[in-house]
Amino acid sequence: MSSDAKAVGSKKAGSPLGLRIAAITGLLFLHLPLALIILYAFTTEERSFQFPPPGYTTKWFGVAWYERPDIWPPLYLSLKVAAIATLMALVLGTLAAAALSRAKFFGRETISLLFILPIALPGIITGISLRSAFDIMGLDFSVWTIILGHATFCIVVVYNNAIARFRRLSGNLIEASMDLGADGFQTFRYVILPQIGSALLAGGMLAFALSFDEVIVTTFTAGQQSTLPIWMLSELIRPRQRPVTNVVAVFVIFVTLIPILAAYYLTREGEHTGGASK
Amino acid sequence: MPSAVRFENVSRRFGDVRAVDDVSLDIASGEFFAMLGPSGSGKTTCLRLIAGFEQPDDGHIYIFDEAVEGVPPYKRAVNTVFQDYALFPHMTVGENVAYGLMIKGVGKAEREQKALAALEMVKLGGYGARRTSQLSGGQRQRVALARALVNDPKVLLLDEPLGALDLKLREQMQEELKSLQKALGITFVFVTHDQGEALSMADRVAIFNEGKIVQVGAPEEVYERPNSPFVADFVNSSNVLTPQFASGHGGTSKWTSLRPEKIMAFAAGAPVPDGHAHADAEIETISYQGAVTRLGAAIGDMHLIAQVPAAATRFAVGDAVRLTWPKTAMVAMEGGP
Repeated sequence: MSSDAKAVGSKKAGSPLGLRIAAITGLLFLHLPLALIILYAFTTEERSFQFPPPGYTTKWFGVAWYERPDIWPPLYLSLKVAAIATLMALVLGTLAAAALSRAKFFGRETISLLFILPIALPGIITGISLRSAFDIMGLDFSVWTIILGHATFCIVVVYNNAIARFRRLSGNLIEASMDLGADGFQTFRYVILPQIGSALLAGGMLAFALSFDEVIVTTFTAGQQSTLPIWMLSELIRPRQRPVTNVVAVFVIFVTLIPILAAYYLTREGEHTGGASK
Repeated sequence: MPSAVRFENVSRRFGDVRAVDDVSLDIASGEFFAMLGPSGSGKTTCLRLIAGFEQPDDGHIYIFDEAVEGVPPYKRAVNTVFQDYALFPHMTVGENVAYGLMIKGVGKAEREQKALAALEMVKLGGYGARRTSQLSGGQRQRVALARALVNDPKVLLLDEPLGALDLKLREQMQEELKSLQKALGITFVFVTHDQGEALSMADRVAIFNEGKIVQVGAPEEVYERPNSPFVADFVNSSNVLTPQFASGHGGTSKWTSLRPEKIMAFAAGAPVPDGHAHADAEIETISYQGAVTRLGAAIGDMHLIAQVPAAATRFAVGDAVRLTWPKTAMVAMEGGP
């Protein structure tokens, strides 16, 4: 029995050398830039990115924290925009997915495609069309125009996640719940939400991440405000205190890593129980 | 006896299709009532009308003499056992059973105790903590039953609940459902396309065809005295004799039902007993079925099935036989096919 298991295990581990090298190269390609960003947060050279860095210091963390109040408004704005856009996307995307997964009507596929289109369109198209739309409506460019711009593609992400789960949700479960005395709200709370919860969480995380580092649509829909990515872009052009940008980037990496890991583990468990119940 | 469910000229249309067409029916309190029919005959729609998942386009539905038009499913004192059981996959077996009580606001200790009692009633006492994915088909069926019964429904609706089970399990569940119904005294309304199941379990059977009820009656009644060629054929495949054939062979000039087991087969030229009709036929098919053998025989254009004891069979295909049957076994019916 145990020798059998071992045999299977060693067979699995023994993937071809070429494949392993390719996988490692791919991983390095993806993650080396990340390592470099962290590395340059500690460099002593503030004007250019030399490799290897001439020396190492932690002083930029202090500089970012005490001497650079210009970091905080963009960071705060980005968080606010991402949070509100994600919230709007969660509500609207879930409702749209619920409607399109249950009802059958003429033109359903077309509407479904129209929902997904904003993420397929190049950002500049979305940006230009939103900008002219806001112009025509006489809306001043503000935080809210940025949020509306971000919501267009955040809804898609939530919708895509939610509709996949809704399609797996048997309509009978909803009827069973109502048959057992639950009204629409209770059915949503106790039957639908637990089934789609992890999908919504994953969709919400992704939407938040997309909004948080969005540059193109933001450029077209923002007024005087600058979000964190736009602030970073402008910082890279300035010659002084370059590592401060890296310090902020390191901060962003660690702050976003936590919810992404959480979302990963949550949806993995969701898939597992979903698959097992089939 | 008070009526548990009453339909008055109820119709339900889906587009141009009349799924339920002017149906009137009266199910007595405490009755085990079966709705039998081929798929698409309207029986499931009738069940969904009682549950509240569908609303009638015309007519009235009463549950214990209360009109229920417009009353949503969650406000009706009926519960359903669904065809695919519809157990909540994110809850344990115990949570599934206690769901209705939780919605009603019953306290945790009480609902756990009631759920346990309901699970014991369906012989799944120790299964409360399991996940529904760990259960077999038969066990899921019992959980669905417990989940419905724990709410003390006035009427229990069962939508082809045994359809997915294998034969042995199905027969066992038929027995259990029947004794459970007797013990609880709750009205059961049972939808099935399996006539054997309907006949063996129900107090009364309604036979559906094309959105209408064709006949309602006790199992013996619909079996022995079908009122139409459809019922005769659908309930255990009776021989349906044309008016012409029937009137020439001891019956009247109406469409006539003749049960295969009433027909006896003898060698050609055998004497015909008193009170019997006969026909000389040629054997076309012989189908051995254990205790009995079914003979397919042709008399000119007319084809008859005779079901005879296996021991009495010594015929071969192509043999000439004399078929005889009591004239009293010929049941004249209204209407044609």
